[in-house]
Amino acid sequence: MTTKLFGAKVPRVEDQRFLRGQGRYVDDLLHDDPRLLHAAVLRSPHAHARIVDIDVSDVLDLDGVLAVWTWEDLTGPMAEPLPLLIPHPALTEGRTQYALAKDEVNYVGEAIAFVVAVDRYVAEDAVSRIRVDYEYLQPVVGIAAARAATRLVHDDVPGNVGARMEQENGDARAAIAAAPHTLHLELDVERSACTPMEGRGTVARWDPDTSRLTVWSSTQTSTGVRGCVAAKLGLDLAKVDVITPDVGGGFGVKVVHPWPEELLVPLAAMTLGRPVKFTEDRREHFISSAHERAQQHVVDVGFDDDGRVLGLNVEFWHDHGAYTPYGLIVPIITSTQLLGPYKPQNYRVVFESLYTNTVIVTPYRGAGRPQGCFVMERTMDAIAAYLGKDRTEVRSTNFIQPDEFPYEHGLVFQDGRELTYDSGDYPASLAKLKELVGWDEFEDLRAEMAAQGRRVGIGLACYVEGTGVGPYEGAHVHVETSGKVKVATGLTTQGQGHQTAFAQIVADTLGVRFEDVEITTGDTRKMPYAVGTFASRAAVMSGSAIHLAALRAREKALRIAAEALEASEDDLDIVDGVVSVRGTDATIDLGTVAVLSNPLRYAFDEASKAATQFTVGDPGKPPVAEDDEPGLEGKDFYSPPRSTFANGMHAVIVETDPETAEITILKYAVVHDCGHLINPMIVEGQIHGGVAQGVGGALYERMVYDDSGQLLNASFMDFLMPYVTEVPTSIDIDHLETPSPLNPLGIKGAGEAGVIPSAAVFAAAIEDAEGFPITAMPISPSELFALRLEHADDTHATALGS
Amino acid sequence: MKPAPFAYLRPSTLEEALAALAGEQGAKVLAGGQSLVPLLSMRLAAPSMLVDINALPGLGDVTCDASGVRVGALARHAEVLASVAAAEVQPLLAMALSHVAHPTIRNRGTTVGSLVHADAAAEMPMVLQLLGGSVDVASVRGRRTIPAAELFAGPLESTLAHDEIAVEASFPALPAGAGVAFQEIARRHGDYALVGVAALVETDGDDVTRVRLGFVSVSDVPVVVDVTDAVRDPAGDPAARALAELEPADDIHATAAYRAHLVKVLVPKVLAAATDHARQGKDA
Repeated sequence: MTTKLFGAKVPRVEDQRFLRGQGRYVDDLLHDDPRLLHAAVLRSPHAHARIVDIDVSDVLDLDGVLAVWTWEDLTGPMAEPLPLLIPHPALTEGRTQYALAKDEVNYVGEAIAFVVAVDRYVAEDAVSRIRVDYEYLQPVVGIAAARAATRLVHDDVPGNVGARMEQENGDARAAIAAAPHTLHLELDVERSACTPMEGRGTVARWDPDTSRLTVWSSTQTSTGVRGCVAAKLGLDLAKVDVITPDVGGGFGVKVVHPWPEELLVPLAAMTLGRPVKFTEDRREHFISSAHERAQQHVVDVGFDDDGRVLGLNVEFWHDHGAYTPYGLIVPIITSTQLLGPYKPQNYRVVFESLYTNTVIVTPYRGAGRPQGCFVMERTMDAIAAYLGKDRTEVRSTNFIQPDEFPYEHGLVFQDGRELTYDSGDYPASLAKLKELVGWDEFEDLRAEMAAQGRRVGIGLACYVEGTGVGPYEGAHVHVETSGKVKVATGLTTQGQGHQTAFAQIVADTLGVRFEDVEITTGDTRKMPYAVGTFASRAAVMSGSAIHLAALRAREKALRIAAEALEASEDDLDIVDGVVSVRGTDATIDLGTVAVLSNPLRYAFDEASKAATQFTVGDPGKPPVAEDDEPGLEGKDFYSPPRSTFANGMHAVIVETDPETAEITILKYAVVHDCGHLINPMIVEGQIHGGVAQGVGGALYERMVYDDSGQLLNASFMDFLMPYVTEVPTSIDIDHLETPSPLNPLGIKGAGEAGVIPSAAVFAAAIEDAEGFPITAMPISPSELFALRLEHADDTHATALGS
Repeated sequence: MKPAPFAYLRPSTLEEALAALAGEQGAKVLAGGQSLVPLLSMRLAAPSMLVDINALPGLGDVTCDASGVRVGALARHAEVLASVAAAEVQPLLAMALSHVAHPTIRNRGTTVGSLVHADAAAEMPMVLQLLGGSVDVASVRGRRTIPAAELFAGPLESTLAHDEIAVEASFPALPAGAGVAFQEIARRHGDYALVGVAALVETDGDDVTRVRLGFVSVSDVPVVVDVTDAVRDPAGDPAARALAELEPADDIHATAAYRAHLVKVLVPKVLAAATDHARQGKDA
């Protein structure tokens, strides 16, 4: 056998293109096509207003403008509200926007009119000529205003409450009442956003000769976009192809579909008979894509002398923005995943999902887990502080133990399945983390730094992440007569390294050279049944499907090769694309097997000529047997019974400047368990990226809305995404590999993990350095300074909570 | 994020550029473009014409002599920062320039452009003000020199007339026995400072004769405060003296109280550093 690639640090084949600027993103497509038209969107300048009148009469006078649409120009399904993608029985008041606003706007940035012109400059000139009369309405901005409900976002949604959902296992309130100790905490997390390098973008081309529509979109789900474009434009699904080219990051925001532009661009292409492009600019991305994270939580916990949680009652309020196209996924994840690696004896959670006149909310890497982790880990720290115990000891007391898997929480997860953890070894992970960060030696460091007038603190946070959610993903593996292997899977790629990781699986499973494998993702022409890339599911779902499909191709290859070589299948090996009979020198190339698999043997290549020396098939039967197909292919789908649960633990040592209140990261340590690693380098890259994004979320990034609903920092000058100078220069990583029993490769997802514990771990470390509770994130030096003033008098303020 | 339509002119002589400016009320000068181009792209500015001065001859030099450093209108921040002679004649230039944005922006942005953009959150207007420098401007009506004290009219507003082009800035040399220092606190490396403080300390032997402080981001226009008395008084509080003339404000990144606190933190540090610098002489 050649070296097994599964588990090897194979360099990413994508990077040659990406790092040399040779990626092909949506905005690169058709750029030299002289017929290409460009779109721009008039967006609401007001957070809440009725539209009295829209006057577009000056627009078409402008040279180079081809068309303008408002809601009144839309017909049929296009004039209906956009779909509510994930309904839920608790979402009793779901609302979605129109592709172009009808009568009312509910956030700054909501699309009102759509202009198509010869270039984007002219299109923007045209947008500035549209006159809209608004009747200004008082906006609802922020959770406090939404809860107060003195004003409503939607007149027909009382209390601004879109949904109220409650789950309980045991009797939490009774358990808390009976517990020896109780604590009450109020914990807030602010709005932030994914901010991928590439914003949204769509190109569409209508081919009148074949009556086919081709749509390229920077999406996390090409099949989803295909379905909604066909339905909204009244086209047969078979007439619509959606292709996802290179995508410059998604992080969740691109899982929403259809965006208004994703429908309007194809509509314009069909109407005008010319290709049309929309490329979102950065300001548009801030005010008209999606945000996440804003939640307020109230925690009551009861525990015993060891810190064992006897009852946990969490109520929280989730700000979902102006509409609910993505349902309740984020707050449901918070409500279930905040449990982390722990097993509170009794748990109750209630949330309300609230309307505000701000940008919609959809999952952002972590998707509700960072808030849940913040809540649970702050609670663990508060218990430890209250009891005067080491924070790791309290966590150990509450861990689910390795012999308790599968562990049932008695709750329903976001996928509608029981919340059941498949595997993990939390005590082992914690032991590794303590070693990695130097937990037990930290007091020496603290003393040493204090002697220099420096202030340091350490924190840790643990999380469990449900990954690889269903319902399914599929794969098609095709061995060409050249021996090259073409693989298609339907989910999309946003830079994760799927071409590399999936090819590793194929090379091992099928027995071919890594270089001979080519992976296609996100192209509905190649794989029309697919779900998408989100929820840390690509490796688990498509990785498993590709493995299963490659096994099918292998089975067929062995069957044909055995016949050709007159040997038993059991005696055959496939190495580097060559089938050989063990212990002999008889061989046949997979490409030749591919020729033999197809009775139509036109001799086009060397493999076809080589095939003439072999005989397969029974001359007394049809050339393609009843249960067979021509071609050396394998196709299969993977559909798991439920999610697989990865886990990890982060620790950070921070320094807080006694004078300036600046926060510096001295050490960042990660222990990560996502089952078997396909490619450790890619997993570590995911962790690095997640930690960097988490540093941003904890210490720099936030969405600053004023009371009128204007986003005050809608640029990278004021939305402080960290530079490379702000993230740790090194991240110490250690892995556990506790395999999942739920899929053939024993893998779990890794994409979101790095960002989940950031708010929790930084709050813990800053609190440890400062000696007063940190209950709201993110935190800036200015805010830390204000907290110092607030706590200047309480010299013994150490315990979090009350 | 595409600019509104504008006419574009790239003259090859200063006379041509000045005539174009004089003839077009809505014209703007384009040099490095690091502030203007984003404003255009966001349609926060919509000039009828851009007069691109990048092809004008003789405006790119950084020249130094005993009296000071003269910076041409097309000299990039990076070029001024890289000038060893400039750093010797007036060390505060390099100290402050290393905090101006990021290398890619310094490669394109011009120091003179930054001065006439007159942003009180930028380092170089304050430096010019603290050092008592000046800017030479030209128009079809002739040339004049605007002292720093008369250059800054208000937030993002200089006293240049619409038809004037700033052709050169002069930063006086560091006097014998004087020292300078600069420190700032920013949210991220290269961001506009939350607070920046520069000090110019003049000494005569062991005697501190004159002390002035320049501030970034704690006022609407670049502010320089003479704190000589507060420094010479053993019970004096130079930071408090300075704060009396500053107007720190709340914004989305920091409160006014935090900015005032940073003034108090930074002032003693830069005073100590500038005093050390003065005592070490020009070799420091």
